[in-house]
Formats: sequence, structure tokens, C-alpha cells
Amino acid sequence: MQRMSDRIHFLLGETATTAAVEDPTTTVLQWLRARGRTGTKEGCAEGDCGACTVVLGELDGSADAPRLRYRAVNSCIQFLPTLHGRQLLTVEDLAEPGGDLHPTQDAMVAEHGSQCGFCTPGFVMALFALYHDPDLPESPDRAAIDDGLAGNLCRCTGYRPIVAAARRALGGERADRFSRGRERTMEALQAIRAGRMPEIDGFHAPRSVTELVRLYAERPKALLLGGGTDVGLWVTKDHRRLPALIHVGDVADMRDVVDTGDTLDIGAAATYTEILPALDRRFPDFAAMVRRLGAMQVRNAGTMGGNVANGSPIGDSMPPLIALGARVVLNRAGQRREMALEDFYLGYKRTALEEGEFVERLRIPIWAEDRRFGVYKVSKRRDQDISAVCAGFAFSLTEDGRVTAFRAAYGGMAATPKRARAAEAAVEGRPWTLETVAAGMAALARDFEPMTDMRASAEYRASTARNLMMKLYLETTGQIGGPKETRVARHG
Amino acid sequence: MADTPPATARPIAGGPRTALAHDSAVKHVTGRAVYTDDIPELPGTLHAAIRLSDRAHAAILGIDTAAAATAPGVCAVMTAADVPGEVDIGPVFPGDPVLADGLVEYAGQAVAVVAADRLDQAIAAAATIGVEYADKPAILTAEEALAAEHFVSPSLTFRLGDAEAEIAGAPRRLDGDLRIGGQDHFYLEGQIAYALPGEDGDMLVHSSTQHPSEVQHLIAKVLGRPDHAVTVEVRRMGGGFGGKETQPALIACLAALLADRTGRPVKLRLDRDVDMVLTGKRHEFFARWRVGFDDDGVLRGVDMELAGRCGMSADLSNAVIDRAMFHADNAYFLGAATITGHRCKTHTVSNTAFRGFGGPQGMVAIEYAIDAVARAVGKDPLDVRKANLYGGPGRETTPYHQRVDDGILPRLIDRLEVSSDYRARRRAIDDFNAAHPVLKKGMALTPVKFGISFTATHLNQAGALIQVYQDGSVQLNHGGTEMGQGVYVKVAQIVADAFQIDYDRIRITATTTGKVPNTSPTAASSGTDLNGAAALDAARQIKNRLVLFFAEHFKVAPEGVIFKDNCVFVGNEAMSFGAAVKLAYMNRISLSAAGFYKTPKIWWSREEGRGRPFYYYAYGAACSEVLVDTLTGESAVTRVDILHDCGDSINPAIDLGQIEGGFVQGMGWLTTEELWWDAEGRLKTHAPSTYKIPTSSDVPEDFRVAFWRDGGNREDVVKKSKAVGEPPLMLAISVYMALEDAISSIGHHRVPVDLDCPATPERLLHAAEAVRAASGGRKAAE
Repeated sequence: MQRMSDRIHFLLGETATTAAVEDPTTTVLQWLRARGRTGTKEGCAEGDCGACTVVLGELDGSADAPRLRYRAVNSCIQFLPTLHGRQLLTVEDLAEPGGDLHPTQDAMVAEHGSQCGFCTPGFVMALFALYHDPDLPESPDRAAIDDGLAGNLCRCTGYRPIVAAARRALGGERADRFSRGRERTMEALQAIRAGRMPEIDGFHAPRSVTELVRLYAERPKALLLGGGTDVGLWVTKDHRRLPALIHVGDVADMRDVVDTGDTLDIGAAATYTEILPALDRRFPDFAAMVRRLGAMQVRNAGTMGGNVANGSPIGDSMPPLIALGARVVLNRAGQRREMALEDFYLGYKRTALEEGEFVERLRIPIWAEDRRFGVYKVSKRRDQDISAVCAGFAFSLTEDGRVTAFRAAYGGMAATPKRARAAEAAVEGRPWTLETVAAGMAALARDFEPMTDMRASAEYRASTARNLMMKLYLETTGQIGGPKETRVARHG
Repeated sequence: MADTPPATARPIAGGPRTALAHDSAVKHVTGRAVYTDDIPELPGTLHAAIRLSDRAHAAILGIDTAAAATAPGVCAVMTAADVPGEVDIGPVFPGDPVLADGLVEYAGQAVAVVAADRLDQAIAAAATIGVEYADKPAILTAEEALAAEHFVSPSLTFRLGDAEAEIAGAPRRLDGDLRIGGQDHFYLEGQIAYALPGEDGDMLVHSSTQHPSEVQHLIAKVLGRPDHAVTVEVRRMGGGFGGKETQPALIACLAALLADRTGRPVKLRLDRDVDMVLTGKRHEFFARWRVGFDDDGVLRGVDMELAGRCGMSADLSNAVIDRAMFHADNAYFLGAATITGHRCKTHTVSNTAFRGFGGPQGMVAIEYAIDAVARAVGKDPLDVRKANLYGGPGRETTPYHQRVDDGILPRLIDRLEVSSDYRARRRAIDDFNAAHPVLKKGMALTPVKFGISFTATHLNQAGALIQVYQDGSVQLNHGGTEMGQGVYVKVAQIVADAFQIDYDRIRITATTTGKVPNTSPTAASSGTDLNGAAALDAARQIKNRLVLFFAEHFKVAPEGVIFKDNCVFVGNEAMSFGAAVKLAYMNRISLSAAGFYKTPKIWWSREEGRGRPFYYYAYGAACSEVLVDTLTGESAVTRVDILHDCGDSINPAIDLGQIEGGFVQGMGWLTTEELWWDAEGRLKTHAPSTYKIPTSSDVPEDFRVAFWRDGGNREDVVKKSKAVGEPPLMLAISVYMALEDAISSIGHHRVPVDLDCPATPERLLHAAEAVRAASGGRKAAE
């Protein structure tokens, strides 16, 4: 029998708001527009154009030192019940009640940053999120601005005036009524969080692994929802009816990133944005690639754990993770097991997960010795594009210059993310020379039979896979001056 | 004049030459700008969804709508058999059924349509509609269609002199071919219409359209009603780019048919994937060329064949392929020329208008040939380009016999060559390439000459309606539609200037067929030229009435009545504009006027391939520098210098936006935007996840745009400006030629380059490997 769902509680702008959840897969965008808040636009309904960008205010940090963090997300694939206990800001909220524009809005007008105007609310909200990003320097450079805007498509302006607006709005001190009202907002959110979790039919939001284990054991057919950057499309594009959802975004002990010195231990519910600082410290190449994965809105919602568990052959996290020797920690009813990531994949979107089992953590070993590591993402467009080929390589050199523990993993080349075992074998134990790398390149033909699709032909994938190994050789031998002169991408 | 309030003369704010913000800028940034989907829905509004064809070419044996008709929330299901009026909505030629009528001719064609209480119900119901097909052989590419002579309309040839003889007699000859990709418009706001049935069979339709009049006429046609029963209105579009010229008619007609059937308001808003599969795009082309030239690379004769992939119907393709032919010379005197255009019929979506309207494809073909000529004679491509520009005795006639004698481009290119530091950078690039085996730089400086006017001469007309109210505020309406390009603000600036009142005294109103009838599409870059002139005509009519009245009333000569600085001066006295208007009203002077404009001087005989189809030419040139990774084919644009001719710009901020935005859109077309169909003719790149338009990081930090300010416009165009909507898109050809230049450097500019466009990483890598192999060079790292 249909049970009545509770209402969820959140702040809409600065106003405490409740919403009935009839269908947990109602998107935030649908909810806003149905209420007549039509400033937020639908451009693609798949999280790729940013016209629907809104900002979520979320409590972060420890219980005794809480912080309020603002992050831009795509409302077109954000499910309504995930708003509970958060603040939702849309383009209508930014101007002062008297009508004065927010600095980000003002800059967009002054720099002629809008033409047709349809993408503009999304850009304004992306700029607003940057405005409130404590890690963004006072006068961000072009690369930082591009990182913040890559998830917003504009078809009219050619972006130059929008970048100029970003410089204008983000230069100098950044303080607005939202930063001034921070304490009040946090109190309001804390009050909601202190209350009982609403009981929503078909939607569960556990706050600890223990609670998650219990819920999942009771509902083994339920679907675990991370950032929803893939699952959202099952609803908006495939029009699928989903089973009960267990949202892991509030599972605090699965959202942490711990650097133990021996491993980088990543909770499966940590977003890319949350993982990036640790990656920057330990694996800057990996971090640079992650900054081209999705865009700010996707990285703010999407989780590396979700990418891994989903097991798409074109997931970009896996080749570098496998190259680094990452392991997955699986949990089933509290019983944990651990395995090498490459063993997790059994076939096209098929993994070793058993019914009721979930990915709890990712563990990347931190090598004591000097390990060479390279990660490459090749796509038609530099930012926010799915790779034609993605590759991760790692190896060490013995004192006499021989390759040891060579690991090569590719995405886009097979039905799963996969190690190139034949190529690895061709290289292992041999001196790191042009001859050796040529042998490795030739062996790739035994590892992969890539396919042709809209992203690339089989031939291109095969040539590029080979050439990336050459690129690794050139970059690690310093023959032609290091990465700057072998890559065109601004990040790389 | 004792009874009029004292007037304060003050120069007007916001007249022409002012860099005003877009009229809706504040509304854009606050989310208050209302697009069609934002109009509050009336109670009872239904939502529609379309059942698309699964097959590229098939007879329809049956359509089973039984399940859909009884699905939850469904109020109506319609197929072609249910259309009360005519089924065909071809805009110029027949061939575009509003719903497939016994035959589908592309995968994605509309077969049936459903209206339901909720959108999800409509989508679910449409998916249940069964279609029984009998497949027929499908032709999918322009090359296949060309071989089979499968055309939507007859081929056409322009001739200047005897190209065959000149090519044969030239010291050197080359030939080649090129595949040029299409492009999705990717307006951020998808196609949408909201139809509201009224009394007496009336229908009011809010449509996101560049051509409200055509939408009106076609709705009337499918409903079987007179045009006067239908009103189409559009306040703004979230982007158009040509994709909302003919394409919105289908969406609006379906919404109106369902609204008529149910008696309830119906909204049809296409999801992005449906939009990209259902609606037409820029034409792909297959081009073949033969050229004869001398040892300096000066062309003696050109034979060019341009085969456009029109898709399943003619739509606007006749004119699009014509415009490709009109621009197959770009800026060059070809010597003798034979230019042939083929209109290939394929079982794919009917391709349509897109910024440049075929012109870009014609230009790419000749620029590609020019680069091949430059390689053959061992010269810098810029020198070959300059040597071939129009100008000088006997070098001023286009293949369609219009003269190019304004002499702008040689001077413009010289200036850009200097300001971009072309020669020094060329040397630096050569040095870089000699030192770098993996990364290669390339650079190109290419011109644009774009003909301004609809080549369908009758479309070069416009209407406007100006109403002055008793307080001196003004309502402005015209046939131009606002898609972000700023036609509303520019025309308002012209009107502000005419009345000599502040820009903010003028209220810009939504384009509607109920105010200005029989309008032309806002297309062909003509929006401001035509509608600005029509608005100016309306303003002058009202002013003339006021002048005659004041002259008589105050007993002065008409020359003594002057509109200036927010005032009307009569003799030595000044009235505020508002007071003057009030006085005129009290004396029963009409304060409303319909203005009209038609472009002078133009004529075109398509049969003879001769005439003056263009009132004038707009010019520009761009120098782009790129970096290519020859191991992966990835590329980046690192610097762009543009010099563009807008005449005397009416609004430099708006025009700059058109230049930059057009350039980047063209860059996307030629680099990352790849349309990819599978073997069954299904488009697989139908959303931004797979179809990649440029994003912020694709635009170089070093992006220098300047206006060419020397010329105004020698023709009598409103405010001496020049049209700027389309021409800048073609400045991006410099990016494509720069990429080709980078690849060419691998073979030291001595080996032919085979690079189709868009120049994706895959095509660049393929071209690089071919040049490397042909030049006998060893692999980069060896």
C-alpha cells in the first residue's frame, strides 16, 4: 500500500521551505519551474550544458567547527529529496531585495556577457559559486576561470565577455549578503539537520555506514545514489522508473578522504571536488585530468566511487586508479572484502559486486620509491567531454635503468577499463628505451580490439593508445623538454 | 507657447554609436527574461510529445495508436490522416509533411503526436505508438546521392568566361576534393511552441521563431483557415542561428493542430535529443575542384562543384546551395570560373538555414584550394591570397557578374598583416616546428567577403509600427525577431535618434504578426538593415506630420521645426518632446505610423546566373595561430587577431559580440562539432554529451578584435552601418587553415595535405600520419 511521504525541509534562498515529495526522482529543475521559478532553464536535461545551474549551500566540516560551503550543481539531474537540510539558491535569489544586482550579475551586464540570455542564469550561478569558493585566489587566472565555467555552454558570445565578467566579479574582496548572513543560514540548516530525517517513500538518506548497511540489507534491490550524474539521466533521458533509492551523499564516514601516508583512502561517496585537494598533493597529474572530467557542476555532485561502481568502459577515474594499483573495499551487510580494481570488472557494466554489496572505499597506495606516473585523456573537446581513449601508466626504474612494476590501464578500448597485460609484459624488466616502448606499443594490438562509435573510430583509438605510450616515454625521459612540449591542453 | 511646460534640452542618451547593453541584459542576469516556456501556463494546458520514425526510408504500412489513445492522461493522438487542412508545410517547395504521410524519409521524422495532461504521460504514450514499416533503400551521403543524381532540385551553374580553356592553358594545374561537415545549431533554448485556441477558430501561438509570418501562414494551412485566424508572437528566442527560420513551423503546427483538436492550450517543447534528431542542420558538402594558375599562384581558371547534402526535402536548400556558389570565390578573382551546385537528396533530416547559409562551405572549399596552390608554388599562403584578391583592371567580376570594386579588402588585409605581426610570427613558427617533433604550430590569415541581401529578392522588405503616446513615450514594433543578436536595441537606438529622445523612452515590444504583417525572416544578417530602415520610415512619417503641424500652428517655416536633445525646437522656442506630442494630439494629429522599406538596386536572374544579388559586401579578416599534438591530433587555438568591417557600427558592444560569437561558433563547426550517423542513418550525436560545441577553454586568452573604421557603407544603409550577423562566422576558416598549415609543416609544406573538416583530433592525426608517411619522414621521436 502507498505510504504517505514526509515533506523535506530546506532553505529556498533565505526562506525556510517545505516540499512534498510525490516522486523522489522529481528533479530540482522540474520542481522549481512548476512553482513558477522559471529563471532556471533546461538546456539539455543531462548535466552537460549548465543552463540549469543552481547553487546548493551545505554544512561541511566537523560538528564543532561547521562550515557552510556553496557548490554549483546541475538542477536538471539533481533529485528533489537531496535538498533536505540544504540551501537552494537560484538566479532569482541573488539581487538585493531593493533590486541592486549581485556583483556577478552586475559584471555580466557591464561586460556584455549575455546575448540570447538563455544560458545566462546558469553562468551567473556558476560565477556565484566561484565567488563563494574560499579556495579561489583573489584574482583567479584564466585556467581557474575556465575550470569554473567549463560546465556552462554559451552559443552566442564566444565566452570572451563572460570570462571578462568573471575577472571583474571575482577580482578583489568578495563579500555579499550571503557571506554576511552565513551564521544565520548555518543555524537554520543545523536546525533542520538536528530534526528527524523525513521518511520519503522510495528514498532513503542514511547518515552513517552502519545505517547504510542496515538499509541496504533490508532493501537489496534498492539503487545506491551518489551524485546522480549518471542515474539522473536514467530518469530524464531513458524515462526509466527507478527502484527505491538509497542516497549515500549524507553518509559522513563514506565521504571522507584520508591520507594515511601509505594510502590515499577515499570514501566512495566523496565527490571529485572533495577528492581533488588530496590528489593535488599526491598525484598532481591525476588531479589535472580530474579537472577535465565532467565540469565543476558534475565534479561537485559526482563521486569517484560512483564512477568506479558504475563500471562504464569510458569512466575516466579507472585507468589512472588501476595504473596506481588502487583497490576497492566492498561491504556487504558489514562484511568487508578488498580487491584490486582491475579484478572488480567482469564484463560490460558488470562488476564483482554481489547482491546487497556496495563499494565503500577506494584505496590508492602511495609508493615510497620514485614512481613514474602518467595519465592521458584524449577527447574531441578539451573540457567536459567523454574520452575517446584514456590511459594511465605507472612504473619504476631499477638502478640499472630497467622498467619494473609497469602498469598500463586504458579506458575506451574494451568493454571494461582494462590493464594492457601484453604491453606490460613487453616492457617489464627491459631498459626504458625507444626499442622497449616500441615493443610495448606493438603489443597493444594483442590487448585491445577497440570499437568504432561517435567518439572515435577503432583505428584512431588503436593509434592513439600506442602513441600515448610513446608520449609517456618522451615525457619520462625528458627527451624533448617535459610535458609542456608534448601536450596542447592547458591542463596537462 | 506659454501653456507648454519649460523644456530642458539635453543630448539624448543611447543613440546610435553608443555601446548600450542588450535591452534585456538585466532581465537575463536576474532570470526575469521570459522565454516561451516561461509564459505562465493557462489552466488545462496540455503537453505534447512526438513519435519519431525509427527508419531512414520506409513506407508506413500502419500506425497503431490504440494503446496511446487510452494511456493515462492522453487527450489526443494525431497522425497525418487527422490533419484538417494541408499536410505539407514545405516553406518554399513542397516535401515537408507535418506528420509522415505514408512514407518516412529520415530516421527521426515526426510520425504521430500525442497531447496529455502531463509531459511524462505524453512521452510515455508516444513511445507506445507502433509503426509498421516496409523498408526502402536509403541514400545517406551527398557523395552517394551525387553518384545517383538523386537531387531535391536541379543543379545550377554560374559561368564567367571559359574555365575549361583557361585551366587547360594555365602553366600549372591542381585538383582535389573536400568533405565539409554539417553543424547543429545548438541554440540553448530548444524548439518550442505554445498554442492557445480562441473564439471563431482563432489561434494564438507563442513560437520561438525567426519567422513568425511563415509560422502563421503554415498553421493556417494545416488548420485549413485563413491567415487572419492565426497570430504568432515571439518576444525573444534563446538563440536561433538560422535553426529557427523554417524549423519552428513544424513544432508550432503540431501544437496548433492539437490545440484545435482538443480546444485546450497545448505546449510542445522538444527535449534536446528530440530537437537534434528531428530538426535540420547546416548542410554537409562534398566539394570537387580543379584550378589552373601561374607560377606565382595567381588563378587563371577554376572549376568547382559543390554538392550539398539537403536531406529529405528542399526546405531552403535551393537558396543555401546558391549561396555556397555565390561564395565559392570568397574574396578572389577566379579568372574564368565554372561553379556548379548540386542539391543532393538523402534520407536524412532536411538541412536548413544556419548562419552563413551555405556561404561558409563555399568559402572553405576555395580557401582549401588556395592553400594547395600555395604549397604547389612554394609560397606563403598569405601571399597567394593577396595575389588573388579582387581589384585592378579586369579583376573585378564575380562568377555571377556582380562587380567587386570597393577596394576595401586589400587594405584591410595589409593592416591586419601588420597588426598581427604576421611575418615575424611566421618565422617564429617555422623555428618552433623545426625544433619540435611532437607539437606543431600553424597559422593562417584568411579574408571574408560576404554578400548582404536575401538572394530571393522579394524577401528584402520590412515593416515597422511606431506608436507615440500622449506623454511622449514610444512603442516600437517591427518584423525583426530577437534571438540575442541585439536587433531590438539597435533599431530602438535608430528610432531614439530619429525622434531625438532618450533610448529609454522607447518600449521595445514582442514581434507579432498582429502588428506588422507579411514579414521576412530575421535572417541573412538583414535584421537591422531592413527593420531599422522600416522603423526609420515610420518615425519620419510621424515627424513629418508633426513638422507640418507645428509649422502651421506656430506660423514658421517647416525648416524651423527641429527635433533635438529630447526637445522640439520651433523657431527660438523649445518644447519637451512629450509636450509637443500632447499638443499635436490635442490638435488631432495621428501619432502612429506603419513604416516600410525595400532594398534598392538589387536584381538577380537565376536562369542566367547574372545580376546584382547583393546590395553590398561586408568584409573581415582573421589571423589564427594553433598548436597541434601530432601524437593524438588534439589541438588548441593559441591566438586570434580579427579586423572586421561593420561600417559605422550602430552599437559597438553588440557588434563586437556578433564578431566574437560568430567566430567561436565557426571555430566549433570546423574543429570539435562532429555530426555522426550510424549505418542505418540514425544520428548518434544528439545531445551535448556527444556533440561538442566550444566551451570557455577552447577560446584563446589572446583574442584581439578590432573594427575596420575607414569606410562606413558607401550604400545608403541605415546609419551607414553594415550587417554583422553572419560574416564573422567565416573568420573561423582561419583556424581550419591554420590547422592545415600545422599539418603541412610536417612535410615542410611540400607534401599535399588531406584534411576534411571538422578537423577533429582523429582527422588531424590521420592527416599528420599521411603527411609523415608521404614525406618519407621518420616518426616524430625517432
